[in-house]
Amino acid sequence: MQAIKVSNLVKEFDGLRAIDNISFAVEEGEIFGMLGPNGAGKTTTIRILSTTLKATSGEARVWGYDVAKKPDEVRRSIGIVFQDQALDDRLTGMENLDFHARLYGMKKDLRKERIKEVMDLVELWERRNTLVKYYSGGMCRRLEIARGLMHYPRVLFLDEPTLGLDAQTRHTIWEHIKLLNKREGIAILLTTHYMDEADALCDRIGIIDRGKILIIDEPDNLKNMMGKDLISMKISSPEKMIKLLSNFEWIKSKRIYDGLLHLEVNKGEERIPFLINLAQKNALNVELVSLRRPTLEDAFLHFTGRTIREEEGSSRERISARIRSRRRR
Amino acid sequence: MRGVSFQAIYVLWLRELKTFIRARSRIVGNIVQPFFFLAILGVGFKSSMKFTAAGMQGLDYLQFLVPGLVGMSLLFSSMFAGLSILWDRQFGFLREIMVAPVSRLSLVLGRVAGGMTTTVLQAFSILLIAHLFGFRLKGALDLLLSAGFMLLIGTGFVGMGVAFASKMEDMHGFQIVMNFIIMPIFFLSGALFPLEGLPSWLSFLIYMDPLTYGVDALRAVMLGISHFPLIMDFAILTFFCTVMLMVGALFFSQCEV
Repeated sequence: MQAIKVSNLVKEFDGLRAIDNISFAVEEGEIFGMLGPNGAGKTTTIRILSTTLKATSGEARVWGYDVAKKPDEVRRSIGIVFQDQALDDRLTGMENLDFHARLYGMKKDLRKERIKEVMDLVELWERRNTLVKYYSGGMCRRLEIARGLMHYPRVLFLDEPTLGLDAQTRHTIWEHIKLLNKREGIAILLTTHYMDEADALCDRIGIIDRGKILIIDEPDNLKNMMGKDLISMKISSPEKMIKLLSNFEWIKSKRIYDGLLHLEVNKGEERIPFLINLAQKNALNVELVSLRRPTLEDAFLHFTGRTIREEEGSSRERISARIRSRRRR
Repeated sequence: MRGVSFQAIYVLWLRELKTFIRARSRIVGNIVQPFFFLAILGVGFKSSMKFTAAGMQGLDYLQFLVPGLVGMSLLFSSMFAGLSILWDRQFGFLREIMVAPVSRLSLVLGRVAGGMTTTVLQAFSILLIAHLFGFRLKGALDLLLSAGFMLLIGTGFVGMGVAFASKMEDMHGFQIVMNFIIMPIFFLSGALFPLEGLPSWLSFLIYMDPLTYGVDALRAVMLGISHFPLIMDFAILTFFCTVMLMVGALFFSQCEV
C-alpha cells in the first residue's frame, strides 16, 4: 500500500494558489522529501495531509484514508513534527510524551514501555525528568521527533526538521531520522529547503516551487540528469594523455585548460583508477586528480530556473509567506 | 472525532494542575493580591464604611469584602485559564493538541476542568487568608455551598475565556479583554460596594453583569445577606454557565490553528 497518495491537490488562499494541482505518492518505509524555498507550499501540503487544513480541490489519502472524509483515522496514522516548536516547556520531556500518549489513548503499560523506547532512540532518556525549558534547541527537536513516534504512527511528517539548528546538531538529527526510518520501518514525508538535507536523507525528492511539483526522482538520478561528471587531472604531459585516450567512447569531451586536462565522463569515480593506471603505464606522472559531480543545487537550478537563495527575497513569496503566517496564528 | 474522551479530559486537567503548581510566582501573586485588598482596602474602609440597608447594619466592611474578593479571584483566574489557549497558540502547543484524534469538545471540557480546579483552589486560599483577618464561615454546610457556587462561577468564566481566546489571533487581544471585559465585570459586580441606593443607570449595568449574581450568592451563603433571592442567583448562574460552555465549545471547534 502507498503510505501517502495525493492527486491533483489544490489549495487557494484568498484567490492565491498556495498549492497548484500537485500529485505524488510516498511508498511504505520510504523517506520522501519535498525540496523547495519558503512559501513553495510545503507546509500547506503537510497541513492538508494532517487534517488541520481543508483542500480547495483534489484528493489526498494517508495510509489509505481520505483526509477529508476520515480525519480521525488519518490522525491516528500520523505523527508530526511541526516547523515551529510545539512543546510545553513547563513540563519535563517525559511528561510531554506522557501527555501525548494519553491524548492518543495509549494504555499505561504500553505508554511506559514506548516512552523509554522512543527516548532511547533519540538519546534523551537520561534527561527525561528535566523541564523542557532547560533543553537545547537540538534536544527539543529530538524530543518532538520522539513524540511524533509515540503512538506507532504509519507515516511521520517532518516539517523542516533542522531549521535553525547548528551544523553539528543537524547531523545528529539526520542520524536519528535515518535510524528511526530503519528501525520502525515508517514512511517519512519531510520538507526542507536545505539541499544537503534532502540529499543526505531522502530516497526520493520532489522539487516544489510556487505550489507546483516540478519533478520527482531519486537524488542521484536528479544529479545524473544534470549531465556528466568532470574529471580534472594535473599530469606531466596532458597532450600525450589526450592521444592515449583517443579511442575511448565513454569520454564525452577532452580539453586542456589552465594546464589541466579536463574530461567529461559518466560515473567519474569508477574511471579514475583506470586513468591513473593508464598514465603510469605510459610513464606519465599524475600529480592531482579531482572529480566534480553535479549537485542537487544544479538540479534545483535547472528545474526552477533559480537558486533557493535568490528565491527568498522575491515579492510573491513574501506575500504567500505573509498569508501563511497569518493563517498560522 | 465524535464523543468525549475521558482520558483526554484527564490529561488536560493534569497538565493544568501541574503547570499551576510549578508557576510559583503566579501562586504568590494570587495570595499577595487579596492580602493587600483585605489589609489595605478592607481595613482602610472599615472605620468609615457604615452599612445602612436593612439587615446589614453593624456589618463589618472587611466581612462584606471577603465574598467580593472570592468573586474577583474566581473571575480573574478562570478567565486567565480560558485565555491560556492564547499562550498555547503562541508557543505552538495548541497544534499538538489539535492534531490529536480527540474531539474538540473533549479538549474544551479538559481545559474547563483544569481551569475550574485551579480557580477554586485559589478561591479557597483567599478564604484562608481572610481567616487571618478574623473572617469565619458558620459551618461545613456553608463551605460546601460556597464551593458549589464557586464551581458554577468559575466554570462559566473559563467558558467565556475559551470563547474569547478562540476568536483572537494573538496575545494582543489579551489586553483588550483585560481592560474592556474583565475589569468592568469586576467593578460592576458589587464586589466592593453594596447594591442598595444606586442610580438606576448603574443598577442596570450591574444587573447585566453575571458576576453580580455570583458575588450575591457567595454573600448569601457566607454572610447570610443578599440582594436577590438565592434561588434566583442560582438560576441565573446556571444559565450563564451553560451558555458560556456552549459558546466556548462552539467557538473553539471553529478555530483554526
